[in-house]
Formats: sequence, structure tokens, C-alpha cells
Amino acid sequence: MIFAFVLWPAFEMIRTSFQEVSTSGITQGWAGLENYRTLLVNPDLPNVLIRTFIWVVGIVFFTILISLPVAQLLNAKYPGRKLVRWAVIIPWAASVVMSSTIWKWILDPYYGVLNKIAIDLNIFSEPIDFLANPKHSFAWLMLVAVFVSIPFTSFVILAGLSTIPDDIVEASTVDGATAWKGYRHIKFPLIKPALLVAMAINLINIFNAFPIIWVITGGGPGYETDTTTTLGYKISFRDQDIGQSASMASINLIIILVFIGIFLKVSKSQERNA
Amino acid sequence: MTTQIAPKRHKRFTGKKVSLTISAWVLGFLFFAPYLQMLLTALKPQEEITAIPPTYFPKEWAFDNFINVWKEIPLGTFIKSSFIISMSATLIVMFIAIPASYYVARNDFRGRKPFLFLVLVTQMFAPTALVIGIFREIVKLNLVNTYLGLILVYAAFNMAFSIWILSSFFSSIPKEIEEAAWIDGCSRFSTLTRIVLPLSLPGLATAFIFTFIAAWNEFVIALTLTSSPEQEPLTVGLTALIGFYQVQWQYLFAGSLIAIVPVVILFASIEKWLVGGLTAGSVK
Repeated sequence: MIFAFVLWPAFEMIRTSFQEVSTSGITQGWAGLENYRTLLVNPDLPNVLIRTFIWVVGIVFFTILISLPVAQLLNAKYPGRKLVRWAVIIPWAASVVMSSTIWKWILDPYYGVLNKIAIDLNIFSEPIDFLANPKHSFAWLMLVAVFVSIPFTSFVILAGLSTIPDDIVEASTVDGATAWKGYRHIKFPLIKPALLVAMAINLINIFNAFPIIWVITGGGPGYETDTTTTLGYKISFRDQDIGQSASMASINLIIILVFIGIFLKVSKSQERNA
Repeated sequence: MTTQIAPKRHKRFTGKKVSLTISAWVLGFLFFAPYLQMLLTALKPQEEITAIPPTYFPKEWAFDNFINVWKEIPLGTFIKSSFIISMSATLIVMFIAIPASYYVARNDFRGRKPFLFLVLVTQMFAPTALVIGIFREIVKLNLVNTYLGLILVYAAFNMAFSIWILSSFFSSIPKEIEEAAWIDGCSRFSTLTRIVLPLSLPGLATAFIFTFIAAWNEFVIALTLTSSPEQEPLTVGLTALIGFYQVQWQYLFAGSLIAIVPVVILFASIEKWLVGGLTAGSVK
């Protein structure tokens, strides 16, 4: 009985994911192929795909890169550590929509505090519209995404760090290892499993990160800051083309499967090497 | 020679400690700063928000923004909706995930591996990716604009994570403890409620709060499935303040803070267990 209870939500979700595909397939019949064709000839699609790739890889990379030292800091002993940990938790606990809204406000060309600070520090004399150029605004979007991803990631790494017994590190220091060497050769291999979990979850979250783009730029101007996720949403709920959007979503599913596949392969070969 | 080195070393040690402390505090501030800005903006009167150049601190502290926001939008209704939806979804998840993960952790049944794999796969498909499928299903079930629609979707999507965390917690509890309880005359069920659950309290708290917060903060599905202020949760309801021509930033941020503060406190309160909960989840 428990077994059935257990499998129900899983099946429910698998069913939903199949429905996704069949929305274009069954409901539209052979018109489904037409949807894909319309989508594939969309001149914005190649750029959106490239941008999605940069989005996912860039954000996951920088998130991990920054989270490693952050976790180190959260793990070290100093006065007020608890407060620092709480501060780092905030972006994780707060809704991404709200965090994105405050960033939009901070980046505002006229009233935003970032311009104010930059002018007061004489970095530049005139207010700058950070989001005017799509390339720049995409970089800012990525920065916000890294900002909201670091807390979770660094806490997972912290969890990995906290399982390392102190005497291992001490022993390596006694044996003459420098702090960096101790980190590189002792600690890093030990937190690798935690790191891989953090990476996998980030990969999925970032790929599906919708509110950040939606709130700050709306994917605009045009489709210049869209990823495949926001593009799919635009097609279905703004253009009201459910069929075409379902094909976008199906392509999305394939993309994320490819990402996950690559990830699993890399982590497996890593494991074998270790 | 040695006497010279010793104090030097000592000094370097404290210097290191000070720089460590300072960098940690700076780090903490960086993560806190946007939300401080949120608070400062929420406390400015309307004319000061659109003042050029902007001010760092409000010249006039408009504490009544936090009172007026309740009149500006039906904030009470939004909070009620958010709370009902998140709480129900969380309770459903716990009700199913606890027996399920206990069963998985204790029995090596046929299809255990495929089952855990299934759980992992569902974890991969975030609701955002399936939003259209979900939307069509909910339309078919006639659950658009209902609490139930959102509750079911949130419960389903958070199930995987909870089962994952809980089963690794349950399997970390030695079987011998349970066997001892059986010998002492405990039934299987009371062993679960009196021995296993109290021992895995950190895991339960983690799963509970994670699910609750995920549901509380969800945006895309809620945006898609609700359109009347009666059923909208907070995340969607607050966006009503983003008008076409004008954004009422002070109310937007006052409302956001009212939504954020309780979950941050909730989260901070399990901070000690959080690390343990994540360890269990990631080692498995």
C-alpha cells in the first residue's frame, strides 16, 4: 500500500511531463510538427539558445567558484559567525521574485542606489542606465542569479566541510602542508560529493530561473535577454500559441536532459578517477 | 632568534583572525545590503522615492507605509492564501513522504533502485519547465483559480526532495535501536512515532521548512493558475503594485518585507539543523 502511495506523485509527475509532449502531439495531431517548424524558423531562436547556454554554464560556474571561499568563511571561527550565516541565508529564504524586484530598483537609472553610490564615489559623473544595453543587462541578470544561488550552494558545501574531522586537517598541517595544499588535496576531494549535488541542483534551478529575467527585463528589449524558459512562457501566455510553446517546452526538456546527461557522465568519470 | 619569531607569529595570527572576521562581516553585509535597501525604500514617502538625486536614508521616515499597504492591496487575503496553500501542501508532503521514505530506507524491495531514480528524475523537472502541461491539466480538472490546484502541484513537486532527505535520515538511524524497541513491546507504528521520528527531527524540520518555503515563494505556477485577488498568493498579489505607468515601490517593498521576514526567521531558526540536513541529503 505504501508502495502505491509512494509511486503516485512520481507517476503523476511523469504523466504531466508526458502530457507536455502530447499537448503538441496528440491535441494538435500532425499540426504538432508545424509548431516545431514555426519555432525553428523563429529568427530569435538561435540567439536565445546560445544565451541559454551562456546563462546556465556561466552562472553555475561563477556560483561554485564564489561559493567555495564563502563556505570556507562560513565554516571558520570568528565573533558573529551566526549573524553572518543568517545574513547569507536571507537571499535563499526570500522569494526570488522579491529579490529580483529589489535588484531592479537598485539598478534603476534615475532613482537606483547603485548609480548614487557610483556618482558619490566619483566612479562616473552621470547616471548610467545599467539595463539599456541588452548585453549589459544580461550580465546584470546573471549577477543577480549568482547572488541568489550562492547561499544554497555555499551551505551545501558547508555541510560537506562540516563532515571533515578536524584531526585530518591538523595532521596535514603537522606534516607540513600549507593551508592551500591542505585545502586542495585534503578538503577539496572530501567536499566533492557535496559539490556535485550542489552543481546538479543549481543546473536545474538556473535553467528554469524564470522570475529573475521576467521581473528585471521581461526578456526584453524584444527577445534580447530571453532564455528558452522565458521565451516559452512568452509564446504561450502572451502570444497565446499553446502548441508552439509546448514544442518549446519539449525542446527545453530535451536540453535539460542533455545538461543532466553531460553532468552525470562527468561526475561518474570524476568518481572513477578519485 | 626564537624569541623574535614567537611574538611575530602571534601578531600574524591575530592579524589573520581580524582580517578573517572583517571579510566575513563584509560578506554578510553584501548579502544583507539589498534587503536593507528594500527596508529603506519601504520607509520613504512617495515624493522622496522619486527624488533626484536619490537619498540613502529617508529624510522623513514614513513608517505608516507599513500600515497603508494593507489598505492599498488586500495584503491580508494574500497572506491568508499563501499560508493556506503552503501549509496544506507541506502537510500533504509530510503525510506521504514520512511513511514512503521510511519504507524505502528500511526495505530493500524489488524496484527500490528504479523508484529512487524516479524520485530523482521528478526532482529534475522543475514546475517552470512543465508549466504548460500543468496549466492544461488544471484547466481540465477545473481547478483554475482554486487553492486546491496550487496545493496539489506544490505537493507533487516537493515530494521528491522530502523523500530524498528523509530516507537518508531514516537509514542513518541504526536498525538495532528499533529492534530493541520491538523487543520491549513496541509496535512497528509506535516505534516509528516514538523512536525514529524524534531521532530524525532535524531531517523532518529541514524537509518541512524547505517545502513550506518553496511553496510560499513559488511564482510561475501561481502566476499562471490564479487570476483573481481572492486566490492569489503573496508573490503574485504583490505584482499588482507594479502598475503600467507607475510602480508603488514603497508599498511593494513594505509588502515584500512582510512576506520575507517570517520565512527568514523560520529559516534562521533551523540554521543549526540545516547543515546536518543537507549533509544527510548529499552523502546519500
